Amino acid sequence: MNSPETSPMIEKLEQEFRVLLKQGDHLPEWFNEIRQNAFDVFKMTGFPAKKDENYKYTYLEPHITPSYQIPAHPVTIKIDEKEIFKCDVPELNTNLVLLINGFFYGKERLKKLSSGVIWGSLNEAILKYPDLVEAQYGKHLSQMNDPMAELNLAMSQDGFFIYLPDNTEMDAPIQIINIALNEDEQFISTHNLIIVGQNSHVKLVLCDHSLSPQRFIMNSASEVVAGKNARIEFSKLQNSHNHSVQVSSVSVSQDEGSNVISNYITLHGGIIRNNLLVNLNGKGAVNDASGLYIADKMQHIDNFVQIQHQSPECHSTQLYKGILDDISMGVFSGKILVAKDAQKTQAFQTNKNILLTSDAKVRTKPQLEIYADDVKCSHGATVGQIDEEALFYLRSRGIDNKEARLMLLHAFAHEVMKKISIDPLRDRYDELVNKRLRGELSRCNNCAVNCG
Amino acid sequence: MPESDNIINDVTSSEYKYGFISDIESETFPTGIDEDIVRLISKKKGEPEFMLEWRLKAFNHWKKMKMPDWAHLQIPPINYRDIIFYAVPKQSAKYESLDEIDPEIKATFDKLGIPLEEQKKLSGVAVDAVFDSVSVKTTFKEALSEKGIIFCSMSEAVQNHRDLIKQYLGSVVPYTDNYFATLNSAVFSDGSFVYIPKGVRCPMELSTYFRINALNTGQFERTLIIADEGAYVSYLEGCTAPMRDESQLHAAVVEIVVMKDAEVKYSTVQNWYPGDKQGKGGIYNFVTKRGICKGENARLSWTQVETGSAVTWKYPSCILQGDNSYGEFFSVAVTNNYQQADTGTKMIHIGKNTKSRIVSKGISAGFSQNSYRGLVKVLKNATNARNFSQCDSLLLGDKCGAHTFPYIEADNASAILEHEATTSRIGEDQIFYCNQRGIKTEDAVGLIINGYAREVINQLPMEFAVEAQKLLQISLEGSVG
Repeated sequence: MNSPETSPMIEKLEQEFRVLLKQGDHLPEWFNEIRQNAFDVFKMTGFPAKKDENYKYTYLEPHITPSYQIPAHPVTIKIDEKEIFKCDVPELNTNLVLLINGFFYGKERLKKLSSGVIWGSLNEAILKYPDLVEAQYGKHLSQMNDPMAELNLAMSQDGFFIYLPDNTEMDAPIQIINIALNEDEQFISTHNLIIVGQNSHVKLVLCDHSLSPQRFIMNSASEVVAGKNARIEFSKLQNSHNHSVQVSSVSVSQDEGSNVISNYITLHGGIIRNNLLVNLNGKGAVNDASGLYIADKMQHIDNFVQIQHQSPECHSTQLYKGILDDISMGVFSGKILVAKDAQKTQAFQTNKNILLTSDAKVRTKPQLEIYADDVKCSHGATVGQIDEEALFYLRSRGIDNKEARLMLLHAFAHEVMKKISIDPLRDRYDELVNKRLRGELSRCNNCAVNCG
Repeated sequence: MPESDNIINDVTSSEYKYGFISDIESETFPTGIDEDIVRLISKKKGEPEFMLEWRLKAFNHWKKMKMPDWAHLQIPPINYRDIIFYAVPKQSAKYESLDEIDPEIKATFDKLGIPLEEQKKLSGVAVDAVFDSVSVKTTFKEALSEKGIIFCSMSEAVQNHRDLIKQYLGSVVPYTDNYFATLNSAVFSDGSFVYIPKGVRCPMELSTYFRINALNTGQFERTLIIADEGAYVSYLEGCTAPMRDESQLHAAVVEIVVMKDAEVKYSTVQNWYPGDKQGKGGIYNFVTKRGICKGENARLSWTQVETGSAVTWKYPSCILQGDNSYGEFFSVAVTNNYQQADTGTKMIHIGKNTKSRIVSKGISAGFSQNSYRGLVKVLKNATNARNFSQCDSLLLGDKCGAHTFPYIEADNASAILEHEATTSRIGEDQIFYCNQRGIKTEDAVGLIINGYAREVINQLPMEFAVEAQKLLQISLEGSVG
């Protein structure tokens, strides 16, 4: 491959990277080494090219311009947490984590619970528990071979960190609110590291939001490590304003018998690209990935999912559904890879799309790559409209056209939502989706659970 | 299961049935390609100026292109300098009666079981046999010409039907289309040409047999089929090649134009030499096939049974331009030993109420890799487009791979597109069921595979269906994982 001509943005990133690296010279050497290597890799490839098969339908480069500033320090202004998080989901108790422009926000930067659970700022964890972080940091993300993930490794300074030792469980779900709060246009990088030990269990809720109307680019990444028989539930709500560009890369590594459920609900946000890579490394691991994307206006939502069955007897399902309105575009690329000796694999994939206008677009690429013979794999994809017969059924029972259509759309979306195991959250999401479909949820100014 | 070892032995030991070399002198060109070779081919064939110009344009474009690498294939670099781009059986004089045909060639065709001789008229097949690159004998020509049907070699068409060639050659697959199609445009040696006039239903199935004979020759044939308004034709193409150690290149182009209310069925049985058990030799089959449904209610149907070739790179496609037009693609692709196949289709919906259907059945065994790659694209104005795709893969053995790469692009809200795919192996319960009823494991596998491929084989004309079934058995007899 020819090395791309250095664009002004890459030049700018390089300058900023030097500053950040210098600023982090008190950090361990291995950490800075990872950053340097990642930047070198990124610089070689540049932003995903138009011909890059993995970014075939999402061309990011024109949207990334040098006008974006890179925040080097956490915000210093005082934020009234109570004001932001008037949590109006009844009975939802969460441990709250706030990330502002990619930096952990709060006085107590790292907590260690009596159970041995450590959680808080990644930056702090690197200093206090370097061994824990070093064993995992960057190792899973770099498997993605994605320039945006490499760029994240290079530019990220902070994020959320949690470590659950063996046989532990968090009392309540952890809610991570990732907020863009900026007066100028910003290019934000943030990195979460989630390490869950044997037989441990955690539920995570991630919410992406914007508090100010300025344009921003959010290049976030999460590495999720599930130990033997660990259980992780992971729900992500994306609801930022439509002038943003968001790239989220999540890399999950699963050991024997572990169970990871992930769920993406995308309601608002200009250009969104969600990379999800799951490596099923241990026998009998189970992964359930689902996503719902509802887009209108000029939004562009691209879910890129790769499930790699590296070990026998693993089980994976993917369910992605999209509703596309106006001139929006929905993209789904899902790949199931079954390695040579991953016998007795079961892998299923479904992508369903509804187009509401003749200007909306869908691109779907459900792929199978199979090198083992004793497998059950299937995939299906559909593009269509609201079922006229179902509509007629409802109309014949006195429900008006608009209401009937909404009911059907809501039912279509609910299939994804019902995979969320936190009841109050699911109900809340149901409500949000309902509002979203009615067009009443124009832009969420506040946190996920306070959008009312 | 000790039986499975035997079975695998059986599979790997089944030799290539058509691997014999005809001892005919070929007239060949020097190896390699440059502008002079292109000029020489054109001159040799006595082509008019516009053809030479077209070839040169293609050649100059090709020089700027790079070989595509997106397919799920491992292709060793091809040295275009070592290929002979043109080979003709030496006695290339025109034949008037069967007795004049070189007995060796006739024997070859007899071995292949082609009903070349007139006495086989009853089988109702008109054959345009392409031996290496020149059409040797076209049968049934007179019977066809009564109806106004033109069925001849491409070279003849260039001489005698200039207007049609000028109008349609390259109209579906332009010379800039892709690496192999461009190369073909520059150096194509011969091929078949079919024109069915308005309202004529071709009374018999037309057939071409391609066979690569001379060592190190690339076969670049080009087929053009035009079905005028309300016409109907069913066209069969079969391919074989003798055993050769070095890989041979085959880069063909097929163009089909279907006018209003016309229908074309194109069937292929491809069993080029797949290489030996170690994956040595075999044909590289890089083919561009595309048809356009130009008018309303046009119908185009591709059926292919692919059992041969070391590497297959082939995507017969339909451009559904006319309103209410209909495209179909039926495929069985079998790979064994070290064969690789990356095949599928493209359905481009442009007109209103266009429909398409894709049924693809992949069977992989040995160390082979078998991929389906397809695109269903609905353009903005193609209201009420409908597509159903089904692509199943069957794995026989744990060293092979089966892959599916579908692309769906919908730009119209009224489109209804469905895609489904499954991958599995022959179930032990299925085998057990057959065993229990006294069917031997080997026969049971044959039965199951035939059942699995039936939906596609049923689309083939009868004689072909029989051959295809035999081929499936030869390629895969009794292999169970």
